[in-house]
Amino acid sequence: MRPNLILHVIAKFVIPLIILFALYVQFHGDFGPGGGFQAGVIFSAAFILYSLVFGLETAEKIIPHHWLRILASLGVVIYAGVGIESLILGGNYLDYTLLGSNQIAGQHLGILLVELGVGITVAAAMLILFFAFAGRGRE
Amino acid sequence: MIIDILSSIFLLVGAALGIVGGIGIHRFPDFYTRLHAIGITDTLSALMILLGLALQAGWSIAAFKLALIFVFLFFTSPTASHALAYAAQHSGLKPKLDQK
Repeated sequence: MRPNLILHVIAKFVIPLIILFALYVQFHGDFGPGGGFQAGVIFSAAFILYSLVFGLETAEKIIPHHWLRILASLGVVIYAGVGIESLILGGNYLDYTLLGSNQIAGQHLGILLVELGVGITVAAAMLILFFAFAGRGRE
Repeated sequence: MIIDILSSIFLLVGAALGIVGGIGIHRFPDFYTRLHAIGITDTLSALMILLGLALQAGWSIAAFKLALIFVFLFFTSPTASHALAYAAQHSGLKPKLDQK
């Protein structure tokens, strides 16, 4: 395919902004609208845009497929790990209150970690889905 | 008072442009004319609506966020139109011409 200059320039300008906005949605999720799921989807949209503009092979060089599997499971491990941690500390599963020194700090830390896990898993799973569908005709 | 009137004018113009684009996408005969209808109106429509909202918001963080949204749309929306037209031309879609 002939490289398209306009798309390349605009994509290079837009992709960092999309990733920045994804991080904003991720870490602002406990003050405003947002959260892990939305941030993960926005984050993966940046990579999907990259692979649409620059080609599937280049995108798979940036994020190899075995990394995506590791990341998708890592998010679940973080989520479950927070739950197990609160079990170890003597509370119920996902009882955030025990994670910090007082209730507010504990809830804050807990929800942040859980949302981080959700975000990582959703971003990786979206990219796995996209690569699975986009690379269907190759093998 | 004046700001309210100005902002409602902006909002109405923006909404009218959006509706015009929608009618165009519904009524025009083929892909390129439809793209022409929506590709031109939507950026200006977004500018007008965001300007109207920014006048309501005043000098605040909300106005700054609206300006950021506008910058984002200003770059992406013409690029999306360009990508659509380029892809259509690349795959060999011919414009529908008047048969005489």
